[in-house]
Amino acid sequence: MGIIHTSRIKSPWIMHFDNSSCNGCDIEVLACLTPLYDVERFGIVNMGNPKHADVLVITGPVNYRTARVLKNLYAQVPDPKMVIAVGTCACSGGVFHNCYNILGGVDKVVPVDVYVPGCAARPEAIIDGVVLALQKLAKAQGVAK
Amino acid sequence: MNQFWIAVIAIIVAPIIGGLLAGIDRKITARLQGRWGPPIIQPFYDLFKLFGKSRIATSRMQLVWIYGYLVFMITCLVFLVLKLDILLLVFLLGFAGVCFVLGGFSCKSPYSHFGANRELLQMLSYEPVLLLTALGIYAQNGSFMISEIFNRPEPLLASLWPIFIALLVILTIKLRKSPFDISTSHHAHQELVKGIMTEYSGPYYALIQLTEWYEIVLLLGIIALFWANPLWVGILIALAAFVLELFIDNIAARMTAGWMVRFSWAIGLVLCILNIAYLYLMKGVS
Repeated sequence: MGIIHTSRIKSPWIMHFDNSSCNGCDIEVLACLTPLYDVERFGIVNMGNPKHADVLVITGPVNYRTARVLKNLYAQVPDPKMVIAVGTCACSGGVFHNCYNILGGVDKVVPVDVYVPGCAARPEAIIDGVVLALQKLAKAQGVAK
Repeated sequence: MNQFWIAVIAIIVAPIIGGLLAGIDRKITARLQGRWGPPIIQPFYDLFKLFGKSRIATSRMQLVWIYGYLVFMITCLVFLVLKLDILLLVFLLGFAGVCFVLGGFSCKSPYSHFGANRELLQMLSYEPVLLLTALGIYAQNGSFMISEIFNRPEPLLASLWPIFIALLVILTIKLRKSPFDISTSHHAHQELVKGIMTEYSGPYYALIQLTEWYEIVLLLGIIALFWANPLWVGILIALAAFVLELFIDNIAARMTAGWMVRFSWAIGLVLCILNIAYLYLMKGVS
C-alpha cells in the first residue's frame, strides 16, 4: 500500500467553496492557480466536482443557508479528505461573527484540519496550508518524514 | 502461443506508455502557458491515489458499463497489436463509446446526462470518418487485415493523405481536446462540472483514466499504420500528431456541439469520400 500513500501526498485535488465571504479570499485562492504561483507543479488541480476532490478549500463565514450546502458537499467528497478553512471569516466568523444570520467559522459545521488566517489570506499562506494538510495526512498514515 | 504473449505484453505496456504521454501532455501544456508544470509521472500518482479512495457509486449499472468501456478498449488494442481486422476494430471502438455513453445515462445527475448527450454528438461526428478510414484502407489494400498493411512496400500515407488529415481531426475529438472538449474536459470543467465523468469517483474514475490511456495508445497506433513500413517512421508521425494536438488544444477555445458535427462532417467526410472515390476511379482506369 506504500505507493497509494505516497500518491495521496503527491496529488491533492482541491475543490473551492465560498460560503458567504466578501470574495477577497476567493480571488486569492484563484491567484494560487495562475501561472505565477503554479500550484500544478505540486500536483494540485482545481476540481469543480466534490466527487473528484481530496481537499476542500472553504472561504467565508458559514450562514444558515450555506451550512446545508457545505454539509452536502463534505459528504460527497470520498475519503480520505481534508478541509482547509481559508481566511479569518472561515476560521472564526471574522468581522461577521455577531451577525444574526452567521453561524460562525467553518468548524461549526464540518471538521476542519487546517486554519489559514488572514484578511485576505495570501496565496503563499494558502499553499502553506495545503502543504500542512498533506503533512497531517501523511502523519496520520504513518509515512511522515 | 506467441500471439498470446504479444497481447499480454501490449495490455501491460500500453497503459504505461499512455500514462507517460498524459504526463508529457500536462508538462508541454504547462510550458506553453509559461508554467513549470507537474512531473512527468504525475498521472500515475493521480491514478494510484484514485485507486486508494473510498468507493462511492451512485448507480450499479454505471459500474457495469465502465468495465465494458475498459474491456472493449483493451480488445481494440489487442486487435491492433495482433494485426487483425481493422473494420472490426472500428466497430469495437464504437461499442466502447456506447458503453461510456450508457454509463453516463445510467445515473440521475443532469450534468452526467448533458455530458452523455454531448458524447453521443461526438460519436456522431467521428464514427463515420473512422468507418471510411477502414474502407479507404480496404480500397487501397484489397483487405481489411492490418497485417496486409505491413506487407506493402509503400506507405498508406502516399495515397490516403486526405483520410489522414480527417483522422487528425478525429484524434482531437477522441482525445477530448479543445475545440472539441464538449462532453468533458481535463481542466476547464466549470461549465458542466466534469460532464459525463461527473458521477464517477475514486477507483471508478481511475478506471476511466486507465481506459483513456489505452485509447491514446490505440489511436496513435492507428495513425502509425499510415507509415507501417518501416514502423519507426509511423511512430514518429504519430508522436508528431500528438504534439500537434497539444498545440491546437492550447491555442483553441471550446466550440459548440453543432459546430463540431458540421466541421467534422464537412471536412472529414468530404476528404474521405473524395479519397475513396479517387482510389476506385484510378483502379478502374488502370
